[in-house]
Amino acid sequence: MSRIDVHKTYKLYIGGKFPRTESGRYYPLNDKKGNFIANMCLSSRKDFRNAVVIARKAQSSWAGATALNRGQILYRIAEMLEGRRVQFIAEIMKEGATKKEAETEVDASIDRLVYYAGWSDKYQQVFSAVNPVASSHFNFSNLEPMGVVAIMAPEEQGLLGLVSVVAPAIVGGNTVIILASETNPLSAISFAEVLNSSDVPGGVVNILTGNVNELHTHMASHMDVNAVIYCGKDENVISEINALASENLKRTILHKKSDWASNVCESPYFIEKTQEVKTTWHPTKV
Amino acid sequence: MIPNLDNLPTYDTVGVNERINRFKSRSIKKGAKVVGLKLALSMIDLTTLEGKDTRGKVEQLCYKAMHPHDTLKDIPTVAAICVYPTYVGVAKKALEGSRIQVASVATAFPSGNSPLQVKLDDTRFAVAQGADEIDMVISRGEFLSGNYQYVFDEIAAVKEACGKAHLKVILETGELDTLDNVRKASEIAMYAGADFIKTSTGKIQPAATMEVTYVMFDAIKDFYLKTGKMIGMKPAGGISTSKIALQYLVMLNEVLGEKWMNKDYFRFGASSLANDVLMQLVKAETGRYQSANYFSKD
Repeated sequence: MSRIDVHKTYKLYIGGKFPRTESGRYYPLNDKKGNFIANMCLSSRKDFRNAVVIARKAQSSWAGATALNRGQILYRIAEMLEGRRVQFIAEIMKEGATKKEAETEVDASIDRLVYYAGWSDKYQQVFSAVNPVASSHFNFSNLEPMGVVAIMAPEEQGLLGLVSVVAPAIVGGNTVIILASETNPLSAISFAEVLNSSDVPGGVVNILTGNVNELHTHMASHMDVNAVIYCGKDENVISEINALASENLKRTILHKKSDWASNVCESPYFIEKTQEVKTTWHPTKV
Repeated sequence: MIPNLDNLPTYDTVGVNERINRFKSRSIKKGAKVVGLKLALSMIDLTTLEGKDTRGKVEQLCYKAMHPHDTLKDIPTVAAICVYPTYVGVAKKALEGSRIQVASVATAFPSGNSPLQVKLDDTRFAVAQGADEIDMVISRGEFLSGNYQYVFDEIAAVKEACGKAHLKVILETGELDTLDNVRKASEIAMYAGADFIKTSTGKIQPAATMEVTYVMFDAIKDFYLKTGKMIGMKPAGGISTSKIALQYLVMLNEVLGEKWMNKDYFRFGASSLANDVLMQLVKAETGRYQSANYFSKD
């Protein structure tokens, strides 16, 4: 008798656990030839709401961890990903990429994590300043994480795109809720398994799968979300996000690129995008 | 007189859980949810019972009780403020002109391990300061050693010391171990003169659970059928979200019925529940999930 394959159930990643969507809905994922690959959770606004509560709880202690520690954890993610390189390449190929494309994407993802791990205790020095002022004050500016960041990941390059927007947000002390690519979601959920074995505290990174058009209004309007990142080109979605985000002065960050492999997709300015500048006036010579 | 405790019904945990899972499965949405949330808000005993309480904290809590969230129209105030006896005077003054009651814990809360005379003095002091309601604790040690008469007499004596103030009797179910004990303690408290029975002090885990609340509802129902007297119920501790509060209200409605669905016969002892209810009400009005940053701390 031939052996029956054991297929993986792709679930969500919320608060360090792998729950199914509370809605019980799913969508089938097919490869380019139309062959069935897996059923993916079709997350609801309530999954997002639950994830925000958990991300909020996790935020202060994550931001309170030392920069060195956050860097170590990012490096640890890279190590774990390296160890499962073959699995990720196979998964990305299932979604239609060639072997070469898949290898390039996984390698670039690992390198990008190492890149941001290195920046963990350096970006503060680049973006902070002692400011000249015309009064008897010692005036200085430094960065603080914005808090909870909702991310709609790029549709292309399910792994590299996701890593490229998540790593700079978390290295700066934010916690994130990501809606993974709808058409390339496999490696996003497998990446959650990597996170789960890399000392990333539960709740710091939460990953949902589903449909952008269903969730973007909720991600943009949630009052307890401090910044929203949208990676895509749909002008209607962009204008709705901008309008809703203005209600609680959420920062909106838009990425319209479609190739995340290039060097311009890694820079300390990606970290700075989800940071708030705090300027302090300290009286002197009194 | 102390009731006969030999013929009380006994409770099977599996059966009780089955029943509770059904209450939890009721779907309450939209308009019904808003009505339920407002009802829950009106039943809250906004509570601060900490060693670090100050006059300022109590005054702030009283302000919160009177003005839960001023940008929301048509919402009720909470039912009462619950404080230690030393802050009853402060609360009474801060709440002047409102219809919010002042409840005070008494009788050597939370352990209850003091001589009866001390407990009675504690109670009389709180009443003299103007407390409308007294939350007493039973002597769990005496109860667990089978000295039911002692527990009964103590409650009766405190009831007398309360005068016109309403008496809530805290069973501290987290220390009573079994549901049958909860039922027994409920009987003793009701026959001894309690106006309300209450699950917990909030200082012991587990605090209020739906299981013990169900058993206490059951006791209240039987007492009503026997004597015609309606006793109130107050689960306290651990009820921090609107979702859980609505599940309690479903259970209240289905076990005791509509007559109990008001603040005269049902209260939530809670501190963080009020803000969660308010956040849900604003969500219902605006369609936006809310952040605690935009609600006053309590």
